[in-house]
Amino acid sequence: MTKQLHGIFNDDEVLLNAIKELKSKGIKCTNAYSPFPVHGLDGALGLKRTRISIASFLYGATGTCLALLMMWYMNIWDWPMDIGGKPSWNLYKNIPAFIPITFEFTVLCAAHGMVITFYLRSRLLPGVTPNVIHDRMHDDHFVLTVEGKVSDETAIRESLKQVGAVEIRS
Amino acid sequence: MQDNLTYTFSSKLKTLSFILMAIGAISIGISFATNPDQTWANLMHNNFYFLTIALGGLFFYAVQYAAEVGWSVYIIRIPLAMSQYLWISGVIMLILFFAAGHHIWHWTHHELVMETLPDGKPNPDYDEILAGKSAYLNVPFFLIRMVAYFVIWYGFAVLLRKHAMKEDLTGAIEHHNRSRKLSIIFLVLFAVTSSTSAWDFVMSIDSHWFSTLYGWYTFSGIFVSSLGVIALIMVYLRSQGYLHHLNENHFHDVGKFIFAFSIFWTYLWFAQFMLIWYANLPEEVTYFMERQDYYKTLFVTNFLVNFILPFVVLMTRDAKRKLRLLAILGSVIFIGHWIDTYLMVVPGIMHEKGTIGVLEIGTTIGFIGMFIFTVFTALTKLSLLPQKHPMLQESEHFIL
Repeated sequence: MTKQLHGIFNDDEVLLNAIKELKSKGIKCTNAYSPFPVHGLDGALGLKRTRISIASFLYGATGTCLALLMMWYMNIWDWPMDIGGKPSWNLYKNIPAFIPITFEFTVLCAAHGMVITFYLRSRLLPGVTPNVIHDRMHDDHFVLTVEGKVSDETAIRESLKQVGAVEIRS
Repeated sequence: MQDNLTYTFSSKLKTLSFILMAIGAISIGISFATNPDQTWANLMHNNFYFLTIALGGLFFYAVQYAAEVGWSVYIIRIPLAMSQYLWISGVIMLILFFAAGHHIWHWTHHELVMETLPDGKPNPDYDEILAGKSAYLNVPFFLIRMVAYFVIWYGFAVLLRKHAMKEDLTGAIEHHNRSRKLSIIFLVLFAVTSSTSAWDFVMSIDSHWFSTLYGWYTFSGIFVSSLGVIALIMVYLRSQGYLHHLNENHFHDVGKFIFAFSIFWTYLWFAQFMLIWYANLPEEVTYFMERQDYYKTLFVTNFLVNFILPFVVLMTRDAKRKLRLLAILGSVIFIGHWIDTYLMVVPGIMHEKGTIGVLEIGTTIGFIGMFIFTVFTALTKLSLLPQKHPMLQESEHFIL
């Protein structure tokens, strides 16, 4: 059985040092919540790099293809258009006219896809009650989630206090 | 590890730069003997290209000071050294104007803008478009502007270098502040002169044509090609055992700059091309018709090398943090913008007769030799690391 505990800190430097010390004692730090980005926090926690950039690339590529397909269907296939006085009737020759819309649609898909993915992964969908561990964790306090055996609970609580946690919640 | 603070111009590189210059001189000589028209075009092309690289270096330096940038302190002496090349460009540009002005700039033919001949008869060669532009494009005003550009640019390069040198000696903060003030003034002047000089030196080669976007388009080329060269010099110095403190975070920032400004260049290139392509006005499309009909390969390569390659290669975070990739990309950008400048300059002078081959590349090699010699000599004159710079520590602990 593992037990989750949340240590509340009021300073980002203390939090960073706490992670290092707890790790050296063999206590697993699984996550941290901070009201602003803290330099070096990802590294200290040993988090993997986000894959949202890969997702964003895929969404963008999808947008490019969809936009070109749409304009090919509308202006080349279904209703051939004489673009800029150049009746060439094919995508390859008319492509400069389609680039601005393709670009916009790529950005639209990449941006929206990225935001939606981020919300899904963070479980921040509309209607979901967010898991607020501490009222001030979005203001000026930092939360560190640690995991350990149930039997070690008192020792973990003691270590958290030692490294500067102002409060401990389970 | 202790850093080597002063750069010594290794005799190997010095010999190499002399060999390159010799190759250049031979190429120019053969070229003059076989095809003098093309030679002038080549000289103009290469001189303008290296002018943009040196000027871009000065612009980069000024931006770093004006914005009080911390991360770039370690590499800041590289663009400063690059800007010391500017006087050579100025001298060559003046020589070109006096030796081959009529050949390069069509509008300098005085007889085209006279409505009537001296004997009172109407001039059969009268060119209404050039006459309309003659208030701006005339020889005395052009000369004044040309001299003014180089005096302003090189003047600021010398002043900024003077303050950098004094800062190294005394460590007084006033030299930093003075550099900052000079940089801000330079940026304001650069905003105007980068556009007007692009019209004067390059756009006016195609005398009948105009594009309102041309100044910006040239500026994007200036910045991205000089960033490529900064990356190359950075990698070279690093491989020679200098600048130990440079780490992947610094490379990442230079990589991001190259990535961003390659896209910026593409944006402007495409914006200019698409509007002209779409509107299809006879007086505008001639510019692109000439380039597409006679220089099709270069026209396509230009776009591929300057957009697709940097875009695909530098997209990921890891790619920007690798020294070797940055060096390869710096060379790609260098070649790519060499082609871009070729397409800006040579078709306007040579029309369908422009050539590209061994002699053209040889001429460029000569200019490379001259550039290496000037820039690396300038690097030896100052400490490689601005040791008294107030933000030196910030650059050392820079994490991205």
